[in-house]
Amino acid sequence: MDENHLQLMVGCASNLRVDAGQFIFHEGDPANELYLIRSGRVSLEFFAAERGVISILTLGEGDPMGWSWLVPPYRWKFDARALDLTRALVFDGECIRKKCEQDYKLGYDLMRKSVAIVEQRLEATRLQLLNLYGVPAGTP
Amino acid sequence: MTAAAHAMTPVPWRIAATRRETSDTFTVNLEPRAGAAGFPFAPGQFNMMYLFGAGEVPISISGDPTTPQKLVHTIREVGPVTRAMGALKRGDTVGIRGPFGSHWPVVESAGADVVIIAGGVGLAPVRPALYQVLAARRSYGQVALLYGTRTPADILFRKELEEWRSRFDLQVLITVDRGDRDWMGSVGVVTSLIPQAKFDSGSTLAVVCGPEMMMRFTIRALQDRGVSEDSIFLSMERNMQCAVGFCGHCQFGPKFICKDGPVFSYDVMRPWLAIREL
Amino acid sequence: MSSAPHDTADARVLERSGLDRLFESLRNREFRVVGPTVRNGAIIYDEINSSADLPAGWSDEQDGGFYRLKQRGDAALFSYASSPHSWKQFLHPPRERLWSAKREDKTFQIEPAAEPVRTAFIGVRSCDLHAIAIQDRVFQDGPYVDVGYQGRRRKSFIVAVNCGTAGGTCFCVSMNTGPKASSGFDLALTEVLDANRHYFVIESGSELGGEVLRELDLLTATAEERDAAAGVSSRAASQMGRTMNTSGIRELLLANYENACWDQVAARCLNCTNCTMVCPTCFCSSVEDTTDLSGDRAERVQRWGSCFNVQFSYIHGGSIRPSPRSRYRQWLTHKLATWIDQFGASGCVGCGRCITWCPVAIDITEEVEAIRKQDNRNRTAKSHHGVTRTNSSPASILP
Repeated sequence: MDENHLQLMVGCASNLRVDAGQFIFHEGDPANELYLIRSGRVSLEFFAAERGVISILTLGEGDPMGWSWLVPPYRWKFDARALDLTRALVFDGECIRKKCEQDYKLGYDLMRKSVAIVEQRLEATRLQLLNLYGVPAGTP
Repeated sequence: MTAAAHAMTPVPWRIAATRRETSDTFTVNLEPRAGAAGFPFAPGQFNMMYLFGAGEVPISISGDPTTPQKLVHTIREVGPVTRAMGALKRGDTVGIRGPFGSHWPVVESAGADVVIIAGGVGLAPVRPALYQVLAARRSYGQVALLYGTRTPADILFRKELEEWRSRFDLQVLITVDRGDRDWMGSVGVVTSLIPQAKFDSGSTLAVVCGPEMMMRFTIRALQDRGVSEDSIFLSMERNMQCAVGFCGHCQFGPKFICKDGPVFSYDVMRPWLAIREL
Repeated sequence: MSSAPHDTADARVLERSGLDRLFESLRNREFRVVGPTVRNGAIIYDEINSSADLPAGWSDEQDGGFYRLKQRGDAALFSYASSPHSWKQFLHPPRERLWSAKREDKTFQIEPAAEPVRTAFIGVRSCDLHAIAIQDRVFQDGPYVDVGYQGRRRKSFIVAVNCGTAGGTCFCVSMNTGPKASSGFDLALTEVLDANRHYFVIESGSELGGEVLRELDLLTATAEERDAAAGVSSRAASQMGRTMNTSGIRELLLANYENACWDQVAARCLNCTNCTMVCPTCFCSSVEDTTDLSGDRAERVQRWGSCFNVQFSYIHGGSIRPSPRSRYRQWLTHKLATWIDQFGASGCVGCGRCITWCPVAIDITEEVEAIRKQDNRNRTAKSHHGVTRTNSSPASILP
């Protein structure tokens, strides 16, 4: 990312520190932030009443988190919980969306990077779905 | 003795017919032992079904409320009592207490479109609602049934689904999470059917039934299409033993699932669904 | 049993020496008599024959996780506070057969349960009267009626006793449930013991109570005697061992489902279910269906249950409340908050039994205070527990 764009992004940024075990956001909450994890680990999880917590992915140092801020209706689709003490950069979604409107090149660059991450996560999810190590489908 | 005196006492009903639906789900058709006229109920209600000596379980009524002469239940085998019931044959007896609980507001929604979204064995508790709509088809606008289940082998009521699909006044969309060699239908999660469903978000009754997580995502997808919270109805499930509000097991926040539910409107449920281990 | 409002002007006096006449009158009406008696180092409730079985001279010392009897050295019959027993063990028994059934060809025949026994309860405190009224609402006022409970209630006769000594864990004043009995009884006694006399001021609270009172043919209580009785109640009111701040308690608990206090109390709670057993309003039960060895006879039994058991909330797949934290939260939030949504009033009567009988001395009044002090509604979105945000400078972000 070029220097000017970095400066634009920084203008929308703040620091976040989360203790182990605390939630960063909840399923259904308004999604207005892009996170960049600097240290620690975060679990993306769902909660099913009788199954308890189902963690679908863990993210760590260097991982971006969340693109619900990009897509209306801007709502988180899952819970994010810090597994360890976690520090992250938080970019205000509305702020970034505005800057992307003003600077299309920044917008295009961000979209390309976001799509690359989404593609990577989708592929991983599909592989997880295949139940690679488990018993064949249909077995109770 | 009054009806109240029988609140905890089952009445024997005879099994007139059984049908195996899938490897772990079966349907029983019941008839009264002694000359009772029938079993009036509202769609969404459930009975406590008792197998002599084995135990009692809450099972939604899956039959047609407009033909109450027949009492129909579709049961999934998940524990010792339901597994023992899976071995029942014509002529055997089960004890019935009920009907209990709140109902899908089908009659109350005359004039609106109807979208019914069921996941897995959740198709059984919503089937009475669909029967009720079809029995008064002209009272409703567009009607859609969306059904998702794990694999083609898990599809319930196959023949009936085929009949419904051939109607011109009913949209039926079916999907599985994972196909098999012979499956030529849709593969994908049931929420992916919602954009294709034909209904007017501003004037529709949404009936949602399935595992709790599936209901949460389905409701979100309905909201994304603009359906209001008080038009969306779901059916909740908790440990249930007495079904009449005395044993306390089925409490969900301030609600007793047995007598305040199991059918609730989403606007009432929303804050409580967000609390883990409630 | 109707509860007509009682009229203190109609109060009578019963000398200690005449107390057994009350027992006799009740037995003549075919009531078995149940009351407090000393057994195994505690005052418990069981069938008693005469006033000689009552715990004369006994008092109790109660605190968190602590209960001891001690002798006062006088003849007072009701100078103790609460018992590990409550009257729910008779009205909503720990084990109750609902029906039995016999297999017949392909079907079965149900035999209803036995009729309840007429029972008179001696020594019911105001907190327990409120507890009985609360269980009345649970079992009789909803869309269905628990006919077993209703039968037992209809065949019961309640002789209340106004407390003269409050216990170390009592807080009925905070919950507006005492110490003076105001309704829900057939007869109410206030024990007065001084240097010269030992007597009871006795009032009726129902038609049947009035009948029994007339039969005893007692003198009307004098103004002095009535004053002495009133003094007994005000003395008890001033001795409360605990207080609970109930203002806005429902909104407080409903807003704090994720309060850190739940983790703290969960670390102490053993999930032993003592509190739910001794609590006079806890009503949860389990329904058990069993057969005999031949398989031809079955029965359905209702037993006390407890939300502290992990299997209490089990559905196929697992329990809804697998963590002790969620189960303690369920009990407290139900007792003090969602009970109000369900039944129109609090589920707690301030008897203090749960505090006394908790082996690790968890105190319900302290837990509420702790939540108030750390009320999540006082935290802003930016400073949510464990999560802090700070504005950044470019230097801290750029590599």
